Amino acid sequence: MTILALFLSFIQIGLFSFGGGYAALPLIQSQVVDLHGWLTMEEFSDLITISQMTPGPIAINSATFVGIKIAGIPGAVVATLGCVLPACILVTVIAKLYLKYRNMAMLQGVLHALRPAVVALIASAGISVMVSALWGEGAVSLSGADWKMAVIFLICLVPLLKTRVNPVWVMAGAGVCNLLAGVISGSLPLPF
Amino acid sequence: MEKKSTVLRRLFLSTFTLSAFTFGGGYVIVTLMKKKFVDELRWIDEEEMLDLTAIAQSAPGAIAVNGAIVVGYKLAGLPGALVASIATILPPFLIISLISVFYSAFRENAWISALLSGMQAGVGAVIASVVFQMGLGVVKEKDPLSDLILAGAFIAAVVFNVNVVLVILACGAIGVIRTKWAHRPAAHMGAHMAKRRENR
Repeated sequence: MTILALFLSFIQIGLFSFGGGYAALPLIQSQVVDLHGWLTMEEFSDLITISQMTPGPIAINSATFVGIKIAGIPGAVVATLGCVLPACILVTVIAKLYLKYRNMAMLQGVLHALRPAVVALIASAGISVMVSALWGEGAVSLSGADWKMAVIFLICLVPLLKTRVNPVWVMAGAGVCNLLAGVISGSLPLPF
Repeated sequence: MEKKSTVLRRLFLSTFTLSAFTFGGGYVIVTLMKKKFVDELRWIDEEEMLDLTAIAQSAPGAIAVNGAIVVGYKLAGLPGALVASIATILPPFLIISLISVFYSAFRENAWISALLSGMQAGVGAVIASVVFQMGLGVVKEKDPLSDLILAGAFIAAVVFNVNVVLVILACGAIGVIRTKWAHRPAAHMGAHMAKRRENR
């Protein structure tokens, strides 16, 4: 039953993520974190981090990661196949139609309306990631927030918006910042 | 062109290598595919590759996989599409499988945990900057309907927790209605605008 649920979930993720890249994030979160609880928000954030540092699309990475966690290698295979199945069918159909009619006005019209929606949905996924960074699994409150995270977030924004630096380096820097902060404040045990 | 089995083998090796060593997402991999199949192997001509890229980007799903499917399909029909997509999926599948074996053990480690927590704030910043840049692109269009969709979808998702799929279906429907409206027989202005958009 779980295998079937994995398959159906990842079919939806593959079917509705228009625009590539981060467009899949809100769908993965909705299916994997909110609906089925297969990953916590923290694990989901880790997954995005890992995806940024390894090759491969985030939807495929998520399918493999979640599949293995929930149902081992068969789960990973089924989830990954589910994820690419809609694309296999739709890409060939669109290719056929396109080569026949050479006119994609309707498809382009739909995509044009979807673009702002996708931006909004990615923003909503980003908010969930930040809520998880600031409050973990705890309740959202002013006093309970990990403000160190807010500072790291703001520092990271500067190079990301002002330069063309590879985001991987910014993320790695953010991790090192938090590590150093832990060592300096003494909350992190030294390994030697 | 060469024998079909040779084409399939080359196709598998090329897409597998591209997928295994390309960091930076679908747009990058599609550019590298053009380099490989258009400039280097000369299996596809430049203009056709532009069309294939457009298809890969318009269809739902990961652009890297879609790109592999169209290129494979173009070169060797359905077997080609199958070979190219499997070759593209295989590297991330193997890498992530390997990582998940170590993930839970590593996550317990205080140092790794601090590193990953900090990176979570970094990921938040990466997403925020992507949203800012994409959002600016939408606002710069100066199309009131796009702005309305942006605001409406955000409120629906964040405030009312509306299911993501519903938001996408609703906005897709708005796109269908608007395109039909712009192409209605009496709409000279609308048709003119749409033509301009197509020419862009």
